[in-house]
Amino acid sequence: MPQGVFVTPHPEVRLKNAFENLDGVCATNVLLHTVLSLSFCFVFMIINLFVGIHMQIDMDTIEVSNLNRQFLFRQSHVGQSKAKVARDAVLRFRPHISITSYHANVKDPDFNVDFFKQFNVVLNGLDNLDARRHVNRLCLASDVPLVESGTTGFLGQVTVHVKGKTECYECQPKPTPKTYPVCTITSTPSKKVHGNLHFHFFQLLLNISPKFMMIVCTFAVCTLHCMGKRPTFAKLFGDKNQENDLNVRSSDAASSSQQAEDVFECQNDEGIDEYAKRIYDHVFGYNIGVALSNEETWKNRNRPKPLYSRDVFPEEPSQQNGNMDKNCATDDPLSVSAMASLGLKNPQDIWSLLENSRIFLEALKLFFGKREKEIGNLSFDKDDQLAVEFVTAAANIRAASFGIPLHSLFEAKGIAGNIVHAVATTNAVIAGLIVIEAIKVLQRDANNYRMTYCLEHPSRKMLLMPVEPFEPNKSCYVCSETPLLLEVNTHRSKLRDFVEKIVKAKLGMNCPLIMHGPALLYEVGDDLDKDMAANYAANLEKVLSELPSPVTGGTMLTVEDLQQEFTCNINIKHREEFDEEKEPDGMLLSGWTQAPRVEKDDNKTVGNGGSSTSNASSAMPVEAEEDDDIEFVPTGKKRKVGEISKATNPNLSDVADDDDDVLVMLDGENLDINKKKKLQ
Amino acid sequence: MDGEELTEQETALYDRQIRVWGVDAQRRLSKAHILVSGMKGTVVEFCKNIVLAGVGSLTLVDSREVTEEALSANFLIPPDENVYSGKTLAELCCDSLKDFNPMVRVSVEKGDISSFGGDFYDRFDVVVISSCSFATKKLINEKCRKVSKRIAFYTVDCRDSCGEIYVDLQNYTYSKKKLDETDECQLQYPSFEEAVTIPWRALPKKVTKLYLAMRVIERFEEAEGRNPGEISIADLPGVLKLKKELCEAQSFNESHVPDALLERLVSDTSEFPPVCAILGGILGQEVIKAISGKGDPLKNFFFFDAIDGKGIIEDISNPNPGS
Repeated sequence: MPQGVFVTPHPEVRLKNAFENLDGVCATNVLLHTVLSLSFCFVFMIINLFVGIHMQIDMDTIEVSNLNRQFLFRQSHVGQSKAKVARDAVLRFRPHISITSYHANVKDPDFNVDFFKQFNVVLNGLDNLDARRHVNRLCLASDVPLVESGTTGFLGQVTVHVKGKTECYECQPKPTPKTYPVCTITSTPSKKVHGNLHFHFFQLLLNISPKFMMIVCTFAVCTLHCMGKRPTFAKLFGDKNQENDLNVRSSDAASSSQQAEDVFECQNDEGIDEYAKRIYDHVFGYNIGVALSNEETWKNRNRPKPLYSRDVFPEEPSQQNGNMDKNCATDDPLSVSAMASLGLKNPQDIWSLLENSRIFLEALKLFFGKREKEIGNLSFDKDDQLAVEFVTAAANIRAASFGIPLHSLFEAKGIAGNIVHAVATTNAVIAGLIVIEAIKVLQRDANNYRMTYCLEHPSRKMLLMPVEPFEPNKSCYVCSETPLLLEVNTHRSKLRDFVEKIVKAKLGMNCPLIMHGPALLYEVGDDLDKDMAANYAANLEKVLSELPSPVTGGTMLTVEDLQQEFTCNINIKHREEFDEEKEPDGMLLSGWTQAPRVEKDDNKTVGNGGSSTSNASSAMPVEAEEDDDIEFVPTGKKRKVGEISKATNPNLSDVADDDDDVLVMLDGENLDINKKKKLQ
Repeated sequence: MDGEELTEQETALYDRQIRVWGVDAQRRLSKAHILVSGMKGTVVEFCKNIVLAGVGSLTLVDSREVTEEALSANFLIPPDENVYSGKTLAELCCDSLKDFNPMVRVSVEKGDISSFGGDFYDRFDVVVISSCSFATKKLINEKCRKVSKRIAFYTVDCRDSCGEIYVDLQNYTYSKKKLDETDECQLQYPSFEEAVTIPWRALPKKVTKLYLAMRVIERFEEAEGRNPGEISIADLPGVLKLKKELCEAQSFNESHVPDALLERLVSDTSEFPPVCAILGGILGQEVIKAISGKGDPLKNFFFFDAIDGKGIIEDISNPNPGS
């Protein structure tokens, strides 16, 4: 690689002089993964440092809400590819720079180890954990240094990862975003009734954060209960707020499943208004009624109130409570809006129960009236106005039932859409810090690599706090190839479960290959021959102990992702029983120990016996599936690093890991929301 | 935007930041008038930030022409000589900034900032100056303090790969929400003159050396009648001599102001772009806090040095402020 080492006379003038010296280097290549903020590409080109920049941006197109900080974009660019527009903008200011842009997903197989090997450094500005892990592995495999970053509101950080020298991005577990994958509201999937119109109910997939949106979960839960399905989402919340613990179980779930299937089907002669009200009554009235019949649940909790449309709506002779004409004017399905139809203009308003109920009915009607084709295939999208209205209304009505405060559409959208709040200023600061680290990396100035944290409130007078990187975690399964342990019922769990829930979800592999000794149990690929593909498909449906090469207690599986060039060994331990609530997957992955963090500089070694990490080197396995949805969280998160006494490591990734202090900046109502976003 | 409610357009554009600081703060931003002088890299970054944030208006002052150095750190100047020749820095930046957010009124004020009368400042809520001499900083700070409506005053300077921000909010009261209660906080800021004349011995122990070094350089340029930044390695002996004099006059230990740091500051006066971004970002946040009246403002100096990577707040004020 065309990169020299620079020796400069004064250590203190190193940074500036070095960048001047690098002018002569012929091909310094930088790979930029950028989604959220593109501040730093400006800084880059200004320095005229980089002769070749490969800019890789994901599949996103530009939205209006990006414009408040992604300043390479203008209003006129909305809808266009971010990659392309960014490249054009950069070239306008620095016409002689070499930029290639890719409007693609960073996980695309084209971006393999060979691709990565072209670069001197990789800079990430991604917005999800999954992609970050993927890039981390590729950087390890290709031995290219990685500068990672993240921002949320006023907080941010920049970290440097160099194989063998520092921790990799996954050495310290990152909390995965809370998701409630089973919050679907759906009728029986794909059942055809001959000759009848088959009205499917709504299918929503929601990424939800605590408290408020748990209401929506329960909305879904109750519906599902009545259909005989068991909720499989992870624990939503602790016991602290009893009124919100809504693991409602109907005592006769099984028998009501048949009945429930019919509920969501529109009867032949039913008008849309009737149908909508019937659904309302069923979901908000009947379901609650059924839940209330299970006395056990309500011993220590406030009983919810069933809500029926006849009670909520005043006597109205006319069935039309909205002006559908307002929505006729446009053919664009995405601009259809219940709010517009009902004349409710301000998304910041908190609607009354009546208004919410009206929105609910109106939204239902509009879906069936204007977007009929999509029904059955709808999924939640925060930019789908009608979907947001529907979810807000539904959640609010449920909240009203349980006596929980209602929220505005604006707030609900933020929560349900998992919107990351973002401002230009923090991004600018982080961008500057990224560039500074990138320059150090290019100079191979390893002693000066820093992890820098941008705080909202100063700690020991510091708003920007640099910390020396730690050495790699010897028990990191990604960079140190430590084997993991999986407890599973080998007679009950199928290979499919293992692949979906462990290999893909927990281990973050996209294209896994699974071997048991020399036996290839499963792999993904375009070029598989028919027999092999059939073989694998069959294997997926078998329980582990009945695979061609039986997987039982005491055996070891090797899992690999060829693109990430990442291998992981998993020891299998058979266990009969699993707690339905705590371990809903029926599998437990562990073996991840929080190694004592050792600084690169030996003089500042964190004491192994010190107060920092509670489990130090004793092999205390940490449960991968914690109650609070945080995966791989070691029991001792606190560490002391030299003079930096701020205890928690503000690993922000893509989750709003807010300190209490962050709340200061918001209006009264918003205060509660962000409190709820705080990770347990 | 003079109406009370945010327009639909504003709500859509500012959605992500409203989620950070709330609708009320956004409204106040849209009514705020900012004056900025000295369009170098750091200030340009700051301007970009507040224009994106959606302030009411931004007035630029800088009648200098484009130079090589300006081009390298100022990304608002189109690199085309046909475009930039004949125009002042303020004019060029104005054109570019308007483009970032058409909802903000960006304009140019011609002339030298130090010549504007006191009533000129009446219409501004925030004043940010950069590339100014010691005397000019004092002068403008005083003028701002005389205005009856409180003006938030800031200076920002970046030399080589480090920089300084100074904040003066005079008597500042703001509300802070902690859990369920709201605290009323009050801070008293010293004027620029008051702050920098505090004897060095009275400063917080371990005060960042950058503060001291900046003051020495400032005094030197003042004494020699130089424009800010008009200094070179050839001046080092003079600077070191001045440092010695200043320290002796205050009975202050010379070693607290490292020679190496001074050498660095005189050798390279051009701004390092990543540091501009960092300072411009921090300053942007501060101004937004001051306008919205929310959040702990910085008191009263901020320093960043890329060499050690620390962003430090120093409180340089008298412990018992007199009236």
